Amino acid sequence: MSTHPLLQIDNLSTHYVSARGTRVVRAVDDVSLRIDAGETLGIVGESGSGKSTLALTILRLLPPAARVASGRMLFEGEDLLAKSDAEMRRVRGKRIAMILQDPMASLNPLFSIGDQVAEPIRVHEGVGRAAAWSRARELLKAVRIPSPQTRLLQHPHEMSGGMRQRIVGAIGISCEPRLLIADEPTTSLDLTIQAQYLNLLRELQRAHGLALIFITHNLGIVAKMCDQLAVMYAGRVVESGPVRQIFNAPAHPYTQALLNSIPRMSDNRNRLAAIDGQPPDLVALPPGCAFAPRCPSAFDRCRESPPSQLTFGDQRTVRCWLADAGSDAADSQVRKGAA
Amino acid sequence: MSLQTEAVGLPSRFDIIRIEGFPLLPVLILGGIAFVAIFANVLAPYDPEIGSLAARFRPPAWQVGGSGEHLLGTDHLGRDVLSRLIFGARVSMVVGFTAVIVAGVIGTGLGIVSGFLGGWVDQVIMRITDTWLALPALTFAIFLTAIVGPSEMNIVIILGAVYWTRYARVIRGEVLSLKEREFVKLAIVAGCSKRTIMARHILPNVLNSAIVLGTLMLGVVIVTEAALSFLGVGVPPPKPAWGLMLADGKKGMMVGYWWLTVLPGVCIMLMVLSANLIGDWLRVKLDPQLRQL
Amino acid sequence: MVVLEAAGLSKHFRARRGFFGGDRGNVRAVDGISFAIESGRTLGVVGESGCGKTTTAKLVLGLEEPTGGSIRFEGQDLHALDAAARRHYRKSVQAVFQDPYASLNPRMRISAIIAEPLTTNERLTAGEVRGHVLRLLDLVGLPNRSADLFPHEFSGGQRQRIAIARALALSPKLVVLDEPVSALDVSIRAQILNLLRDLQAELGLSYLFIAHDLAAVAHMSHAIAVMYLGKIVESGEAQTLARAPKHPYTQALFSAALPSHPEDRREEIVLSGEVPSPLRPPPGCHFHPRCPHAMARCGKQAPALDDVDGRLVACHLYGASTAAAAA
Repeated sequence: MSTHPLLQIDNLSTHYVSARGTRVVRAVDDVSLRIDAGETLGIVGESGSGKSTLALTILRLLPPAARVASGRMLFEGEDLLAKSDAEMRRVRGKRIAMILQDPMASLNPLFSIGDQVAEPIRVHEGVGRAAAWSRARELLKAVRIPSPQTRLLQHPHEMSGGMRQRIVGAIGISCEPRLLIADEPTTSLDLTIQAQYLNLLRELQRAHGLALIFITHNLGIVAKMCDQLAVMYAGRVVESGPVRQIFNAPAHPYTQALLNSIPRMSDNRNRLAAIDGQPPDLVALPPGCAFAPRCPSAFDRCRESPPSQLTFGDQRTVRCWLADAGSDAADSQVRKGAA
Repeated sequence: MSLQTEAVGLPSRFDIIRIEGFPLLPVLILGGIAFVAIFANVLAPYDPEIGSLAARFRPPAWQVGGSGEHLLGTDHLGRDVLSRLIFGARVSMVVGFTAVIVAGVIGTGLGIVSGFLGGWVDQVIMRITDTWLALPALTFAIFLTAIVGPSEMNIVIILGAVYWTRYARVIRGEVLSLKEREFVKLAIVAGCSKRTIMARHILPNVLNSAIVLGTLMLGVVIVTEAALSFLGVGVPPPKPAWGLMLADGKKGMMVGYWWLTVLPGVCIMLMVLSANLIGDWLRVKLDPQLRQL
Repeated sequence: MVVLEAAGLSKHFRARRGFFGGDRGNVRAVDGISFAIESGRTLGVVGESGCGKTTTAKLVLGLEEPTGGSIRFEGQDLHALDAAARRHYRKSVQAVFQDPYASLNPRMRISAIIAEPLTTNERLTAGEVRGHVLRLLDLVGLPNRSADLFPHEFSGGQRQRIAIARALALSPKLVVLDEPVSALDVSIRAQILNLLRDLQAELGLSYLFIAHDLAAVAHMSHAIAVMYLGKIVESGEAQTLARAPKHPYTQALFSAALPSHPEDRREEIVLSGEVPSPLRPPPGCHFHPRCPHAMARCGKQAPALDDVDGRLVACHLYGASTAAAAA
């Protein structure tokens, strides 16, 4: 086993630049993350928090208007940003795979299920059609699709939503990747189907030693599935660390507020602790902390300058002046840095 | 809380995919033709309908035998080609725009009614549309003129009657998807009558498409008008329509009187091309999918 | 006091005919359901896609005509109402839908959107309408100047507030909330749920709350009805139903709900298979092919919705004959 993490992201920034180059949206801003082999990392954020852009950056699938402004992404010790497009194609689907939200859009309606599941195997491993199809059959069995032989010959429209999403999952793991990125994989599924699918993903992960990145807005999925959590707000990771620690003692006011604002099954007479205000506008972010306008404990400093990332405890980070003020050593360090 | 800072989030986002490339040249050409059409009386050096037989087939000024008197030459009746082109712009513009509007009003109206009411109304309107579309437009138009006789007014009505189906089809499709939008359902819940919903909620939301379609149809209509005039069932002579000029000049082609056909041909081409380019640009510009993303 | 009561309410759609004209039968989107919504209270309806909850909402809103059963509003059967009384019903039942981007006509100003139900149903002067609009904006926590803006100038949460203001314009008795927060950002949902509850307390509104987020339904509702393939399988007081579901489907559904904390490890009942097509629902109890407790009887005879410990459950496990057999 190597000592470095499977994927290490350091100070990554991805910006969208408007056609005239006059406006820059910092969709991902100075993000540092790591994920070890076999681990599950949840990336939680609202729309516009940059979580999906982060996933596209990892796979280097950004739209033309976006560019990586700084940082590096070490995957198995190699910098993904330094790879050529041809090298990147050998990584995508083979070593890093992705599952998207909408299974119908992820599958080509004109090709049979067998063709689509076998395609990455044929592309990446150069095996013949017959061999790839028999692997595809095994994969369908692995994702619990009944009578896989007949299903291989069918087309996407002949299946239910849950079955399609499992087929997308089968395509994802077809080349036994080391890392699987799932972007809101269950939002289009019903509750009982979602439970089936999440359990299936967990089994696949155990069986293949997969690392999983879950991109979601749903803290429930994180609570159920993840070991590590990164909370994003307006392009930045405002808090990260082990899931249990964060749920038990959230350090950032945004995380605290988010956890408190979720309705719980057990009590229905208390008012929810709502977060005031509206989600941030990425084009006109405040000069200080992006959450400051909605933060109940914001003070002057929060509105003036953005807090830097602070590491504390066991693998935990937070970007908040409150936590900073709490630890004097770090406080003086930042002041020195600023001076 | 300040509304201004909160509210700008959405519109600013599509700056990234702002459509550039305003079709300046086509707009200038079409604007120029419109200008000429409006001020034809002032701009034209001669009466377009009266010529002098003594001055027949004069070539344009820059050719041997041409003179500054008739900048673009004269035709077989000695009429000034420049003046005829200038007044022809008026005919094309008037016929083109009114026919597009007539077709647009009929087509959009029927499209909305058909899509929104559905049921047998939809069936009847759509089967008529199918039948209409199965007929070749030009033949159909010739057939209609043969019945009512050629005049500028009749051409406008005939072109409207021939081309409304294109609007009806597209608009009906849009209405079908608009009808399922929640604001339409909420209007029903609020107690609005069908007529109110069609006028207040459906029509404004299909207007963009109708305008885009109209710009694209302008080219088709102008070509059809020219074709009808060319075939002698369009604007009756001696009115100077470009298609008519083309028809009159075609015999002169073989003996070298090129200006009688090429010049009106170029005018028709420029106008149709400009209308289509503007239509294409408008289509992207007004597409709510691209605009509201 | 009961505001709205449905008895044996059904909506069957005729399936498209096949290529050779064969009749492919009826889709029983809603199949003989009964429920009551009390004044000032919330009835939550949960179930998965195809269970008929959205069709139920449409029936209550009058967007669909029922093919069977009846709806009684304030004690009067809707079918028996004359035109004036029907208009009164229309005014008394309003709706808020899921997608705040599709709920507002993009070409109308906020003032016109909010005022539309008023101007359609009542004769008011422009000044009176304006006054109503400003009062409604205030009620949902939006500034006065919102009135003159267009929908695209607002975020999702603000649009949903506008949609709520419009729904309240006619001072309705019942508001149908069809997934009112599921399209909103997580940090905004609590705002809207709180607003809805405050308005209920202030105006004495009744809600028919439809959502797939069970925790949100449990939080908002006084009573919950669980639907599966067009039928209500269980209904009762919200808290007891959420804590101790009785029907095997309700048990599986609530166990599939995501935990609110990583240490919240519940026993999970993972159902096999998928929801069958409503075109050909299984015979007997619709749930029996997926039910972990299915008996021979379940495939033959549909269970009736019976009182079990103060709540209604449609399951043979709790039937009289089962009890007799056990005794």
